[in-house]
Amino acid sequence: MANPVPRVRVPAQAKAGETIEIKTLISHEMESGQRKDSAGKLIPRQIINKFTATFNGKMVFEADWFTSISANPYQSFFYKVRETGEFKFTWKDDNGSEYTAAAKLTVA
Amino acid sequence: MGSGNRNRSRRDALRLAFAAGAALVLAPRLAMADAKAVADEIRKLYGDKPQSPGKIKLDVPQIAENGLVVPVSVDIESPMSDADFVKAVHVFADGNPLPQVFTFRFTPECGKASASTRMRLAQTQNVICIAEMSNGALFSAKAEVKVTIGGCGG
Repeated sequence: MANPVPRVRVPAQAKAGETIEIKTLISHEMESGQRKDSAGKLIPRQIINKFTATFNGKMVFEADWFTSISANPYQSFFYKVRETGEFKFTWKDDNGSEYTAAAKLTVA
Repeated sequence: MGSGNRNRSRRDALRLAFAAGAALVLAPRLAMADAKAVADEIRKLYGDKPQSPGKIKLDVPQIAENGLVVPVSVDIESPMSDADFVKAVHVFADGNPLPQVFTFRFTPECGKASASTRMRLAQTQNVICIAEMSNGALFSAKAEVKVTIGGCGG
């Protein structure tokens, strides 16, 4: 499988007190462990099982994903703007890998 | 001669189509979850704590043409203050091989308890949502999604 590529969409600027929407997407097959290959053998499960978003180190939103989540998983959620800082996004793979992305937010 | 060949190839094609159809029907079905499996998962999380209706807006399509990618959004009514917020939202599907779909954990930082993702649905089934508030209260909602092409086949 190609290396998962995360993509995030965060507004660059926002006003304090405003609630903004964060959208994320990562390329990943989310192999469910239910499918069989051409030889009839079960393809082992390999999914991203956890997504977390922090802002300036503080937890904002977390999602546990199970095998029913679609390939190339999409996740959107909201954040109430307080201060200038940086989002950090982490995706945890069943195989122990972690994929990360970051995005800066400036309070105008 | 020419027409004979044509007939034969058409017959072969038909035979092939029937064989493929039979293979689909006869292929062993994967074990699927059911309403009980979902209830068991909820009991594992919260025991027999009562759930109230309301507060949850569970947004799923009534009909999903492609079970591989079904958008699902949850929006829970809450002030999302430090004292009163939505802690967790669990979504289950009672006709998939495994009942769990996702768990979202919100914080007061979110501003509102609203989030979306996309899920696979193997067949027409119920999607069940449980929301846990910061004071421990539980709310639930359910919606049926009709799936025209399943999302979990081989």
